[in-house]
Amino acid sequence: MKQFIQQVVENNNFKPVRLLAILREVQSKFLYISKDAIEIVAELLNIERTQIISVIEFYSFFHLQPRGQYDILISDSITDLMMEKQSLIEYLSTQLNVEIGTVREDGLVSLGNTSCTGMCDQGPAGLINGYALTCLSKQRIDEIVSLIKQQLPLNNWPKQLFQITDNIHKTNLLLETEISQGEAIKATLSRGITQTLEEINISSLRGRGGAGFNTAMKWQFCAKEKELERYVVCNADEGEPGTFKDRVLLNSYAEQVFEGMTVCSLIIGSKQGFLYLRGEYLHLYQQLQSTLQQRRSLGLLGKNILQSGHDFDIEICLGAGAYICGEESALIESLEGKRGIPRNRPPYPVTQGYLNKPTVVNNVETFLAAANIAVSGGKQFADLGTEKSSGTKILSISGDCQLPGIYEYPFGTSIKDILIHCGAEDVLGVQVGGPSGTFISNQEFDRKIAFEDLATGGSFIIFNNHRNIFDLVKNFTHFFAHESCGFCTPCRVGTSLLKQQLDKIVDGHGSAGDVIALEELCQIVKNYSHCGLGQTAANPILSTLQRYPEIYQKQIKDISFEPGFDLDASIETARQLADRKDENAHLVQVEQ
Amino acid sequence: MSKKITIDGKEISFKDGQTIMEAATEAKVYIPHLCHNPAYEPHGSCKLCTVTVNGRSCTACTFPAADGQEIINSSKELADDRKSITQMLFVEGNHFCPSCEKTGNCQLQGIAYHLNMLDNHYPHFFSDREVDASHPDILIDHNRCIFCSLCVRASQETDAKDVFAISGRGINKHLIINSKTGKLKDSDININDCAAHICPTGAILIKRTGYTIPIGQRTYDEKQIDQVTLEKELNKNG
Repeated sequence: MKQFIQQVVENNNFKPVRLLAILREVQSKFLYISKDAIEIVAELLNIERTQIISVIEFYSFFHLQPRGQYDILISDSITDLMMEKQSLIEYLSTQLNVEIGTVREDGLVSLGNTSCTGMCDQGPAGLINGYALTCLSKQRIDEIVSLIKQQLPLNNWPKQLFQITDNIHKTNLLLETEISQGEAIKATLSRGITQTLEEINISSLRGRGGAGFNTAMKWQFCAKEKELERYVVCNADEGEPGTFKDRVLLNSYAEQVFEGMTVCSLIIGSKQGFLYLRGEYLHLYQQLQSTLQQRRSLGLLGKNILQSGHDFDIEICLGAGAYICGEESALIESLEGKRGIPRNRPPYPVTQGYLNKPTVVNNVETFLAAANIAVSGGKQFADLGTEKSSGTKILSISGDCQLPGIYEYPFGTSIKDILIHCGAEDVLGVQVGGPSGTFISNQEFDRKIAFEDLATGGSFIIFNNHRNIFDLVKNFTHFFAHESCGFCTPCRVGTSLLKQQLDKIVDGHGSAGDVIALEELCQIVKNYSHCGLGQTAANPILSTLQRYPEIYQKQIKDISFEPGFDLDASIETARQLADRKDENAHLVQVEQ
Repeated sequence: MSKKITIDGKEISFKDGQTIMEAATEAKVYIPHLCHNPAYEPHGSCKLCTVTVNGRSCTACTFPAADGQEIINSSKELADDRKSITQMLFVEGNHFCPSCEKTGNCQLQGIAYHLNMLDNHYPHFFSDREVDASHPDILIDHNRCIFCSLCVRASQETDAKDVFAISGRGINKHLIINSKTGKLKDSDININDCAAHICPTGAILIKRTGYTIPIGQRTYDEKQIDQVTLEKELNKNG
């Protein structure tokens, strides 16, 4: 083991910032990160063991106890649940003889749930040893089970099990305009750097991650910093459930994304860029590395790019299962090999980002758009969209519709039009912007995709009239409790309390005051949390409570109070030990 | 002309680089806090010091003071919400004040009294936490840890050690000890370390000293936490 780890750490140049990459390899080789492994890594990197333990315990894909040789995780996204994910995971559990959330005694398999894997257009989905599985069905599961029984290595499994399709259904400016290799860099160099920044300014491009900060302004702030060591970071930690457009962009438009990053490096004067790729997109890692390698050989990356005298290279860093790392300062912490805890602001990343140096963090789609603008100028882009939201938005559409997939629309397109295009009928409502966004009812379909109306990072989940609102509210609320980083009190404790309180009501134990208590709790979590995760964690409850107060009221029992503590459930262990199933072994909590 | 902020209508001068908390403390304005201690880099995690700055919620211990800020620190809404946040800390861990050696000297309890917290309001988590009594002089009762991270910072910044760290995610967050066994006895900690004495609650205690001062004559038995804190922190600054 020592030799293996020594080699891994050496390949990572003994850099503590590469801790996640090192732990990924150790985890993958030994199926966990043992105490001994921790001691070895700590010594080689010259960091404290506690830093390593805290990183392992933070990220979902690192473990202090061994996982199975075949480690299967099934995506817990609402869209997967809508495609009968629950019965599939139970079937898998029976067929493999392993309880959900455990490792089988012989160590061959482990099975669990994981947050949305970004395959909502081809679910139910999952991961096996980190690699994406799509379109799961009983038949596919039978196939997987038989392959595991034969103990066939993953490399020899039929390729179609891992097949991922782009599902691009509607294109517009960005997905239609082809850019040849180096075209955006050449255009930037010949037009001039200041002029190219001006074109981006003219385009009024705003960040595509959801928050919508003006891109030209961000780049300009960074370029004006005194510190000359600067970084470009592409945020491909696409964790918002229901979003998968970055997966498609990095699969089929990676050249343009890298091109956009390189244009940014020219403008802000950066020598090093990072692509922070969510761990769930491991399947893209090798092909992205090849793309980078090819670009280096063409002189589009590395030293003296296209004889301009400018040096710039891009490194890919893989995440390890933490939604919070999509928050830019948490992402930077993660890039530095730490737990993904959002930083205090100010200072902002443009002044103190990676290694406390000026850093531009932008979404994959923002860089794609920047490459387009560098080639074609800002006007064409600005002519599309609305006054406050220029250009187009790439949506990831999933849920109850005929054609889930990728759709590019000019900003200002109405929900009604989108629903027609993707073949959605009998619609109850749409979750725009993922769990942290807004649920809109079928009374609001004239609303538009735009920063000034319905802002979205790209997630667009459709629910038809057969769906139960509580299923999605519960799924989203549990998601936030699971993904809270735990840094601040209101989010750490509040999201878990929200989950309990919501479950109490949904499961029919709520009394008159419980909906009010739920709403009060929502306000605390929303108003006092440290970062966007906590500030939006109550949105699923708040937006449905506002639109459908009656369905919450219907769940309420006609009693004035019921304790949150379930007396009868708490003596279940005692009942089992005494082998009692009779009525007298049950307690009635409240006299009916 | 010196720069000024106003807190609840009171005009306060500040120096460039000061946080709202620092400016307030100098002007003898108390903003409730647990994870902040002026001797250390501000952390901003407990969120008790949340104030309203020009209509926006900000964490006073980390947010820089800027000329003309209008700050609300005392309002019914803030008092109620700070109480809720304190209640969250109480239900998350296992805090039994009457049987805790720290009672009367505990800042969590002191804040709860100050905010007139009369019950826990939220359902308890009954979390399963351990006690580490392995060290001859120092005891850790994880039931009482509120993750203020002051012991982490004190050990790093004052003691030049690295005895503590925060691990886990979300509600599974916990304090870990830097030693091969994970036990305090095998760590570098010493009874004279700042980290051994900084805990605002009863999570880190010095053994055999719990009852040297009788209950009823302890810090917050005599004075409210706002008064005690201002006196202590003004002294440190002066």
